[in-house]
Amino acid sequence: MSTVATSQIKLTPEEARPRASVRSRLQDALPKIVLAPSFAITIVFVYGFILWTIYLSFTNSKTFPSYAITGGRAYQRLWNWTFDTDPPSSWYTSITNMGIFGFLYIAICLALGLFLAILLDQKIRGEGVLRPIYLYPMALSFIVTGVAWKWFLDPGLGLEQTLHQWGWTSFHFDWIKNKDFVIYTVVIAGVWQASGFIMAMFLAGLRGIDGEIMKAAQIDGATTFQLYRRIVIPLLRPIFLSAFIVLAHLAIKSYDLVVALTSGGPGGSAWLPSNFMYEYTFKRNEMAVGSASAVIMLMTIVAIIVPYLYSELREKPR
Amino acid sequence: MSAVTTPARDRSAGINVKLVNRIVIYGLLALFALFYLMPLFVMLVTSFKTMDEIQNGNMLSLPKAPTFDPWLKAWGETCVGLTCAGIKGYFWNSIKMVVPAVIISTLLGALNGYVLTKWRFRGATLVFGLMLFACFIPFQSVLLPMATILGSLGRFGVTLQNTFGTSFGLGNPTVNLVFVHVVYGIGFTTLFFRNYYEAFPTELVKAAQVDGASFFQIFRRIMLPNSMPIFVVTVIYQFTNIWNDFLFASAYAGTGDAMPMTVALNNVVNTSTGVVEYNVNMAAAMIAALPTLLVYVLAGRYFVRGLMAGAVKG
Repeated sequence: MSTVATSQIKLTPEEARPRASVRSRLQDALPKIVLAPSFAITIVFVYGFILWTIYLSFTNSKTFPSYAITGGRAYQRLWNWTFDTDPPSSWYTSITNMGIFGFLYIAICLALGLFLAILLDQKIRGEGVLRPIYLYPMALSFIVTGVAWKWFLDPGLGLEQTLHQWGWTSFHFDWIKNKDFVIYTVVIAGVWQASGFIMAMFLAGLRGIDGEIMKAAQIDGATTFQLYRRIVIPLLRPIFLSAFIVLAHLAIKSYDLVVALTSGGPGGSAWLPSNFMYEYTFKRNEMAVGSASAVIMLMTIVAIIVPYLYSELREKPR
Repeated sequence: MSAVTTPARDRSAGINVKLVNRIVIYGLLALFALFYLMPLFVMLVTSFKTMDEIQNGNMLSLPKAPTFDPWLKAWGETCVGLTCAGIKGYFWNSIKMVVPAVIISTLLGALNGYVLTKWRFRGATLVFGLMLFACFIPFQSVLLPMATILGSLGRFGVTLQNTFGTSFGLGNPTVNLVFVHVVYGIGFTTLFFRNYYEAFPTELVKAAQVDGASFFQIFRRIMLPNSMPIFVVTVIYQFTNIWNDFLFASAYAGTGDAMPMTVALNNVVNTSTGVVEYNVNMAAAMIAALPTLLVYVLAGRYFVRGLMAGAVKG
């Protein structure tokens, strides 16, 4: 490296490469040739496949794909199911669960993450021990998380049983077996897994805030609470945005957690759209409906991610 | 950011308030530490208990007579579906899938990042944007076409097998999963390397170019020796993600001997035949979690940095 840096002979590109021979033209194209396979793979296996899925959603594919377009019947069915509340259709349950899970998961992770980050930022002794403890769940798979919490929340084995043994016999906690509450257990396990990571994001943000601003505010007599509310939290806005994107993205993709924690819940009551898609596509032989639900999931993500990516990539033009 | 102290208006009262504050803060922090540690603790102690102790004892108590049997049973004997040979085979399946997938996707990401930052061309940002968006799609939207393609490749593999005596890996579930993870991992690895190389001095590359170094020479002699941190970050990130994947694993290798660890674990836990051996389940879960936990313990700093890089891009 240093040998390169010290060579100071200035040559114009023309002098260095007198003629554009086939070989040098190949050299010029080399970067693009190297990038091409990855780009081609992305185009085919991401964008091509998305188009394929969209196409399938307009057919009446059942067990096997059929390629005759039959119109938007799959969407029509999803639309009708959206209002089927008595008894609730699987789709209705899935999207309601998505709303409950998405909202609580994101809100609690953000609140808890920020709260823990602020606490940890108070010159805490043993921060080096606490931080990894809060964060390690992120290294576990959803499956392991699900297995652990399934045990912990099981009325006959876990928390309820333990408290009974300690003498609190009236304690009752069977959410994991209750079709109306099972989705909240998914929230608990999800928050447990991701909130430490959000904490780390906020902590990095807090550490990046200029200490002078804080000092100035303190000299002006701001209380700790005011300091955080008026100065620190507004300064953390970019972190809120990034954390929101991460969480929204994780929430919509959550599939494994529901499977491992609840096996879908009593009568599929813990399903998210991702579970709905999987079940309808691979188990109930309703490929077109499954594809249509995948398209709806994709559109939701697009609505959240594309504006974000657009602004991120535009901010640093070269 | 410095810690927030109360202005010293009244010194003695101030110190008292400060002390109470400290106690509350430490108390809360400890409480949350318990919340995060509890499930792991329960999983760990349960995996060392006998079934007797689990049924009659307390979930939180330490094992009275710690036994390693559940771990041995989970590793070598427990039933996954109808096969009762433990999870060891599936553990190796995961290793066989993870190692090539991580190596290939990381190297491709490094090359892509290098091209996208040091050999810019018109439309580079668009190319990057398209690859970046691919990181965020719900995989459900590509799941079915991929299954169809892998199915036809598998049938083609059978034809090859009959004609040439080898299928060249086509139709092998592990090979399929490596392929899938490379395809859907490139976006992330490219993102990591691109952001890292963005900050790498372009002058060095220019100077080397002037000296007549070729595209690959620059990459090998200048970029690679300076890429150690981002390699560690990317490898850890990819390793964790691919090891922990369940959706692709269950869709493309959900049955049979080629199941990766996550699918096998889910099958072990949800097997409804016979007595449920919770200690064995917990031991199996611990075994499934160990590789990623180990990576986290050994290289936690890089692990966090990778997660952040995936979130807060430069």
